[in-house]
Amino acid sequence: MNARDRTLVTLVAALVALLALGALLPPWQFLATVALAKGCAVLGLMLLLRTGLVSFGQGLYFCLGAYSAGSLGQFFGVTDALVLLTVGSLVAAVVAVVLGFLLANYRSIFFAMLSLALSMILYGLLVKSEALGSTDGFNVTPPTLAGSAISGHDGRFSLYALACVVAFAAALSLDRYFHTPLGRLAAAIRDNELRVEYMGASVRQAIHVKYVIACSLAGLGGALTGLTVGHIDPEMAYWTTSGEFVFVAILAGTGSVAAPFLGSVLFEIVRSVAYQHSPNTWQLALGTAMLLVIMFLPNGLWSMFATRGKAA
Amino acid sequence: MRELLAVVIDGAIYASWLFVVAIGLTLIYGVMKILNMAHGSLYALGAYAAASLGGAWLAGGHSPYASYAILVLAALIVGLIAGPLLERGLLRFMYGKDEIVLLLVTYAVFLILEDVIKLIWGVDPYFIAQPYGMLGNLDFAGLTYPVYSFVLIAVAIFTGIGVAWVLQRTRPGKLLLVVIHDREVSLAMGINVSLFYLATFTAGAMLAAIGGALTAPTVSVVPGMGVEVIVLAFAVVVIGGLGSLPGAALGALIVGLVRSAAVHYLPQVELFSIYLVMALVLVVRPKGLFAGFEARKI
Repeated sequence: MNARDRTLVTLVAALVALLALGALLPPWQFLATVALAKGCAVLGLMLLLRTGLVSFGQGLYFCLGAYSAGSLGQFFGVTDALVLLTVGSLVAAVVAVVLGFLLANYRSIFFAMLSLALSMILYGLLVKSEALGSTDGFNVTPPTLAGSAISGHDGRFSLYALACVVAFAAALSLDRYFHTPLGRLAAAIRDNELRVEYMGASVRQAIHVKYVIACSLAGLGGALTGLTVGHIDPEMAYWTTSGEFVFVAILAGTGSVAAPFLGSVLFEIVRSVAYQHSPNTWQLALGTAMLLVIMFLPNGLWSMFATRGKAA
Repeated sequence: MRELLAVVIDGAIYASWLFVVAIGLTLIYGVMKILNMAHGSLYALGAYAAASLGGAWLAGGHSPYASYAILVLAALIVGLIAGPLLERGLLRFMYGKDEIVLLLVTYAVFLILEDVIKLIWGVDPYFIAQPYGMLGNLDFAGLTYPVYSFVLIAVAIFTGIGVAWVLQRTRPGKLLLVVIHDREVSLAMGINVSLFYLATFTAGAMLAAIGGALTAPTVSVVPGMGVEVIVLAFAVVVIGGLGSLPGAALGALIVGLVRSAAVHYLPQVELFSIYLVMALVLVVRPKGLFAGFEARKI
């Protein structure tokens, strides 16, 4: 069985397991939906990490996705979840296309810094825009799917199932992308940019495309988070949100498209448990875990599962 | 006219403590190539230490005028403890790794320190306002400012001159410039590079803590106060050019003036004006306004 088939089997198994778990354990649904939504943003970040870039500004697109989905419901009465998710990721993609022209020239800490500055600009804008609720944000109109409500007590499973399917589709498409020639350039760019240029490929262009993909995934994740939580605020664009994505991405590793989701679910579980029991030490635990991972598992938690010598 | 003057003075006051914080950040980056995300937490540690030590001093009924020395002393203690602890205990194992990995390491340190602060001092705010008002006010062309604000500016100027003097006029400073220029050759010439790294990081941590200690009387010391400072300090050093001393001064002034101009004339843009300038500088001069040429080493 080759790597592509193996990933497909893993993802299908994960999808079935998640759906079954959600049906059996209703309290799990909310947490898992949020985790899967944020997992989408982390998935995009993982693409950038594979290219050797760390963005401390994915919150920009996460927030954009959430706000465009939210305002579409709030001001135009659109409630169909599929439409909202599509718009959320499209808006993020359009902005990423524009900003990508700029960011594709930057590497290393300068890439991180500029993306951070850009997301803080959006944060500053939203905090001061009263029409969008300033620092409080606003509530998201309950979404529907094909005309029926998918939030509240009865509909929650549908939203959860939708999140599972969306995450599945995103992971599978990104995995397929990794196996295209353009996708395979990621590792090459990380290892040696100059040689990629010698081969005749444009590094700038490749990074630009990857950036747009990563950002539309962040937008998708943001829209999904907004629909699930039912409330959005400017915090989503603050640098600590972006930092959280980086944290999960580093922790999970870039070994497989399933890793970001696994990492995200773990992160949300740890967060909700830690919040209840020791709200003042959970960041301490997170930071320590991150240091341990950087030192002893430079390829993330996923490298513990990966088959030796046959990393996907 | 008076409003313009107010903008300039407010900007200079804001720039002063930011400069002290940013100079530590840029020093650490210049020498060790570490963009220290934990710098904001060191700033917060300094503020907390100053608030509790200074508070204890004042509560003990000692001379309130000595409390300024206590503020600085608290910051120096923080730097002396946290600096070597982080550098010897953690960072030295990371040298040679990618800049971006080091950024992530310091991000982890930031997460840890945020909670360490809560564990030591709890989540309630601390106040130490007495040193702020004690010196009285100063009328300046019809505007009234607390004298303490001008003390801050003076401290910032002296810190800048002091660091420049150490770097350019003293033997250890000159050796440090050598280490910055070429780490390996300095090693070969018998310079104790790891000692310089330790000293640099400790000095940087002290500067961050001093920035925090001196702002503590002007604000309420609360959890999370370092979170915003770190991005502001990033903005300063990025605008001026990473690793550049005059750059940090210019960057701090720009950030201070932009912010106070926004506050006075266009309050809606206060928050993002700084980041807008940061982004613009990154776009036009990615290595900052004061970045010199980097000699290519083969």
